[in-house]
Formats: sequence, C-alpha cells, structure tokens
Amino acid sequence: MSSEVSNPVVQPVFTGDSTHHQDSEGEIHENGHHEHHKEYFFTKYVFSQDHKTIGKQFLITGIFWAFVGGLLSVIFRFQLGFPNQAFPFLETLFGKWAPGGIISPEFYYMLVTMHGTILVFFVLTAGLSGTFANLLIPLQCGARDMASPFLNMLSYWFFFAASCVMLTSFFLPEGAADVGWTFYPPLSGVKESAPGAGLGADFWLIGMALFIFSSLLGGLNYITTVLNLRTKGMSMNRLPLTVWALLITAILGLISFPVLLGAAILLLFDRNLGTSFYLDKIFINGHPLDHAGGNAILYQHLFWFLGHPEVYIIILPAFGLVSEVLANHARKPIFGYRAMILSMLAIAILAFIVWAHHMFVTGLNPFVASVFVLLTLLIAVPSAVKVFNWIATIWQGNLRFTPAMLFCVGFVSLFISGGLTGIFLGNSALDIPLHDTYFVIAHFHIVMGVSAFFGMLAGVYQWFPKMFGRFMNNTLGYIHFWITFVGAYMIFWPMHYMGLTGVPRRYYSFDAFQSFNMFGDLNKFITIAAMLVFFAQLLFILNFFYSMFKGRKVTDPNPWKSNSLEWTTKINPGHGNWDGPLPTVYRWPYDYSKNGDEFIPQTVPYKPGEEKLHH
Amino acid sequence: MAEATLTANVKPSVWNGGHSPFKVSWGKLMMWYFLVGDSFSFASFLITYGALRFSYDSWPLPTHVFEAVPFFEGAKFPLGFVSFMTFTLIMSSVTMVLAVHYGNHEKNRQKVAKWLFFTIIGGIVFLSSQAWEWTHLITEGMNMHSNPFGASAFGWLFFTITGFHGFHVFTGVCINTMVLTKVMNGDYDRKGSYEMIEKIGLYWHFVDLVWVFVFMAFYLL
Repeated sequence: MSSEVSNPVVQPVFTGDSTHHQDSEGEIHENGHHEHHKEYFFTKYVFSQDHKTIGKQFLITGIFWAFVGGLLSVIFRFQLGFPNQAFPFLETLFGKWAPGGIISPEFYYMLVTMHGTILVFFVLTAGLSGTFANLLIPLQCGARDMASPFLNMLSYWFFFAASCVMLTSFFLPEGAADVGWTFYPPLSGVKESAPGAGLGADFWLIGMALFIFSSLLGGLNYITTVLNLRTKGMSMNRLPLTVWALLITAILGLISFPVLLGAAILLLFDRNLGTSFYLDKIFINGHPLDHAGGNAILYQHLFWFLGHPEVYIIILPAFGLVSEVLANHARKPIFGYRAMILSMLAIAILAFIVWAHHMFVTGLNPFVASVFVLLTLLIAVPSAVKVFNWIATIWQGNLRFTPAMLFCVGFVSLFISGGLTGIFLGNSALDIPLHDTYFVIAHFHIVMGVSAFFGMLAGVYQWFPKMFGRFMNNTLGYIHFWITFVGAYMIFWPMHYMGLTGVPRRYYSFDAFQSFNMFGDLNKFITIAAMLVFFAQLLFILNFFYSMFKGRKVTDPNPWKSNSLEWTTKINPGHGNWDGPLPTVYRWPYDYSKNGDEFIPQTVPYKPGEEKLHH
Repeated sequence: MAEATLTANVKPSVWNGGHSPFKVSWGKLMMWYFLVGDSFSFASFLITYGALRFSYDSWPLPTHVFEAVPFFEGAKFPLGFVSFMTFTLIMSSVTMVLAVHYGNHEKNRQKVAKWLFFTIIGGIVFLSSQAWEWTHLITEGMNMHSNPFGASAFGWLFFTITGFHGFHVFTGVCINTMVLTKVMNGDYDRKGSYEMIEKIGLYWHFVDLVWVFVFMAFYLL
C-alpha cells in the first residue's frame, strides 16, 4: 500500500457514470469505463449523480419555491395595504380562506408563516447553497464530481421529499402551519392553539426534519470535497472565494442543523406523545392543560442556536459569489483575499455565540444580555472589512456592467443599508423598544433576504452560460435589476419609519390603533411596490426558462474571461467535467490586469521572473 | 518547466491540492464530520436535560428508580442491571477494535467476521436489556407523561434520550450486520481494503462514547 496519496489528476479519461473509489490510504482508483454509456432520461435528468445536474435541480426547485414564497407575500400585502377591502378574485382563488374577498386572519398567519419558512430554508438555504455548492465546488476545485455523488443525489431527493410535505400542507383542511416561521411554543406546542397548529404544524415539523437530512448530506459532501479532492496545485489559498464561502457555510450547517433537529423532535413529542419539554402552566378556555414542567424559553435557545448561524448560512454563499463576480467584472484582483477569508471565519465563529440577541425580551439576565451585545456588535468588524474590500475591489476598476455585476453592486448597497440597522438592533437597550416591530422586518429583509437574493441572482446570471451553454437575455436582465433594486428599497425603507414609531410585526390589522393609522397610505405604497417587484421576478423566470432553450449560444468556453477552473472545461461539460486529465493549478484565481495581461487563468504557469501578487 | 514553476512559488505542503491533507479517504473523513454533527444533536438533548433538571427542586434518586433486575422478582440491586448493560456495550467496543485491527493489519476475513459478530451480539444484548428495562419502568407507571418516582420530567427525558441513543445502537447493529455479510462474501478481500470496518467502527465507538454521557446523566447524577 503506497503511502503517497495520489489524486484523480493521474487518471485517464473519465466517462459516463464510472465512479472513483478511494482505499484506506486515500488513494483514488477509477474503474474507468472508457466507452460511453448510454444515458437514460431517468439517470441523466432525474436520478442523476452528476453534481451539475443536481445543482440545476436545486436551482429550479428553488425558483419554484421562490415563486410560491413571493406570491404568499404579495397576497398578505393585500391585507396590509388595503385592509378590509374586498377583492372578489381572492375568494374565487382561495375560497373559505378569503370569505367575501377579504383575507381571513387565519389565512394571513398561514401566509406569513409559510412565506418565512419557504424563503429562509427552501430558497435561500437549499436554493442558494444547494445550487452553487453543487455547481461550483467540484468545478472550481478541479474535481470530477463530489466525494460521494450518491449521497449528493440523496441530498436533493430528501429536499424534494421535504418540498412535497411542505407543499401538501397547504391543501390540508385546516391549512398549513400558521404559528410563525420561528415556531415558538407554546403556540406551536398545543394543537388547539390555532387552526394551523394541528396537522399543518406536524407536516411542517416533518418537512423540516427531511430538509435537515438533505442539508446535512449535502454539507458533508461539500466539506469533504473541498478538503480532499482539490486538484494538484489548488492549495487552500488559491481557492476562489466562492469555494471558501461555501465551505464555511457547510461547516456552519453541519454544526447548527442537528440542534434544530433535536428541537423539532422534542416539539413533535410535546405535540403528539404527551411530553412537556416546552409546555408549562397553560390554560385553554380557563382549563389548565395537562402538560406541565417544561420551559418554552428552552425552545428559543435551541432554535436560535441554529437560527443565528442560519442567517450566515444564507448570506455567506452570497458573499462568495459577489466577491468572485465583482473581481471578474472589475477586471481587478480581489482586494484583501486573506482578509476576506479571515473575516468569513470570524463571522462563522461569532455566529455561534450571539444567538441570545434574538431573546433580549425573554427575561434574559441583563448581564448575560450585555455579553451578547458585545459579541453581536463585534460582527460589525469583519462585515465592515468585507464591505471595504468589495468597494476597494471595484475602485478604479475597468467595470463591465453585466446584469451579474449590477446585482453585485446592488448587493453591496443593500448589505450596507441593512447592516447598519443591525448595529441598532444588536444593542439590547435599543432592541427592547424595537423588538417585534417593522424595524426588525426592514433590517433582516434588506441585510439577509434581499441581499442574499441579489447574490443568488448575480450567480445565476454569471454561471448560466456554464449551466446551459447559453446566455440569458441582457435587456430583460437590466429591467429585472432596476425594478428589483429600486423596488426593494421602496418596500423596506419605509418600514424603518413605521418600526421606529412602534408598529408591531405579525399584526393582521391596525384598525384598532389610532396611532398607526397615519401609515395607511405608506402601507398601500409598499404593497404596490411589492407587486411591482414580484412582477419583475416573473420577468426573470421567463428569461431563465426562455434562455435555457432559446438563449444566445455560448461560443467562447470562457465568456467572462475569468480565471477560475470552471471555464477551462468544454462549454457543455459531461459527467466528469474535464475530458482529459484534470487541470493543474499554478496561481490564485484573481490575476486580473497583471503585467499587461487582462486575465491569467489559474492553469497558466508563472512566467520566468513573474512576481507573485501579495495577497 | 511547469513542475519547477509550481514548486518554486509554493512551499511544499499537504494542503497544496492533489492530496488528501489528512491522508484519509473521503469516506472516513465524511464519517468524522457526520459524528461532529451528530454530537450536536445529542448535545441539544443533553442540554435540554440539564436545563429542565436544574429547574426542578427535587429529582428522583437513580439508585431507587433503577434497582430491578430480570429473573429476580423483588430483588434489589441498585444500578446492577445498567452496569451489566454498560459493560456489554463497552465490551462490544473492544470486539469492534479487534475487528478493525484484523481488518487493517491482517486482512483476515475469518477473524474480522468473528469479532464483528461478537460486536453485533453485544449490540443486540444491549438493545434487549434496554427493551426489558423500558418495559419494567412502564409497568411501574413511568411513561412520556408521568413518573411515579418523582419529577415527571425524569420520565420523558429518560425515554426520549435513551430512546434516541437506542435508535443509534439499533442503526449500528443493522449497519454492522450488512457489513458482516459483505465480509463473509469476501467483498473487502476483492476490494483489497477493510476500511469499511474502520468507518463503522468509528460510528460504533461514537455511540458507546455518547452512552457514557447518557448513563452519567440518568444513572449517576
């Protein structure tokens, strides 16, 4: 047994579905079948083990969920913008959920709960990490596929199963879960508390458990692939920042999702097996509930131990995609490569020790709160480093304003706007009055929701040619960007003012509050802006599917003149990515505009006497 | 020369790509990371145990709750039976170590199969003992809702957490059995590597290690 650990570089042509195996010493043998297998429709497009196809499956499922989640928000914005105004088409569409054309309170809560769940987990976790980790990790590391293509396929199908369970819950007689996306007990722990706290909540918990398995199977693969299967010369400090971001994201998920699984199992037991982990001293219609001895706050601790890292699981892939696209389209090396990595690592570590800042109003000991305030505000430091580096990267660059680039610039703008309000909310003294107001809604939608969406959209525009061998339509892309960018600010900026005056989130109607009536017109404005932005996303979906089949064909294998490895493959690479041996890497991926060369791919060796850029 | 340029610019390091930096296969690496993740699911349960336990003024005395042993109706051996269960589980780790040893160093199919078989027996004995203990406690009135020995939380925490651990042991027994059939079929001789034994060994030791914490929480503290 040789102690020298070789890698697939030495392997011959990789075709069809031949797999590689490693023995105990980490040596990789490919039982390479050199003839092409006939690929059947099912193995090529449905139960595919090719990471690129799995990435596309995640993306298309994510687009479906983004459509559903966005639509839900437009529907509940009807109630907020035009309270108690009858829209007969709503009754036609939703029947008993909108009697007389007015959305019922139960339906409203169902909509906001499922909007949050779908967008946080199904779109911005699975749709974002699932798509780009699958597509880019093997391609940018120089690997034939993920470490375990089979587990990778299972990861998608667990996500698919989770999607089916979640989607089915909408059609239950009592409707889907309606107890808020954070699922706090006792509301979620007692089946009688709300219509959607019955079967709908059980479906939600089972759907989430399946989702967690999907995310863990994916994450294990991403980490192992990045560490074990980098091609020759691809040292850790030559990895594109996308891969670093996706690696750190996967580590965060691996550590935090099992805790959510534990919390969900205990909640299922409380609901169905008679335990009282989270339930104590509850009265329903004056009668004490037969559950006692638990602690509802315990759930919040377990939930936010996942929940806070989860927001970084959402935003880190966007960090990576944006860094890559900005440097590429600014034709400049990324500014502060190491600082980018270190700041992501710092954010990842801080992610695990700040969760109680979601719980300042739960009666947390003020001393403990002050520790969490300090740790929370520390996150501003690495975040500011990143923003500074992005701006420095495009400073005096030779910018190409493709739709992908515009979405990256938009991302930086949104991340600054949303990040600054995070400094307000991280202070417990300010958070106590601002807690559960529209200020919080504005903060996290801008800094996490819309920003991550912008990162994802930038990624789709940038890597669409890699995925489908065609370009997306640029004109539609520009229209999509400007409506989304301006619209997102029109939706969320006014919410800051509402929140500062104390308008609470999660309220069905503000009729009973004299002091909030002045926001009636503003709410109308927000609703109209939301509909406009939703319409722009339909343009994107149209553009996506039209370009998939009819878009302008890619003729140059490296259409963006990029340095990273994914552009050294054929335009439509098969399973195995590179026809010949795997490429060897000689430099980092950001040698743009160096010594008169506009770009120098990673596979180009250093010229005699060429200086290494200090990074 | 490409190779010369490559080495001229980079310090030699196991992290330079083309290698597994830890000199392990992806399968073993993935098992390690899975165990890291799984330890957090157990941690969430044990933290729940701690949070609830310290909110109670009184807690049942383990030596009083766990004193029955099978076949000796009415006899009292405080913690006697669980000591036997723990001993069995730890011995099954020892037999697993031997199976891994004979797989890695001697590639000896008979010996691997023998020690893996004993490991499976250990797992089955542990699971059967747990089944008896659960049945006994349930007949005494302890369940997911109430507990005749004192704080009701003791009951549901006990069943949930030992159940979650027992589920892991059960999964381990199933996987070990599947691997045993492959060992006996000679699959690993043909492959030239008994690494699979090492991977399931990692899982089995992890399950044993977790038992130490579960045991401590419910039977000792």
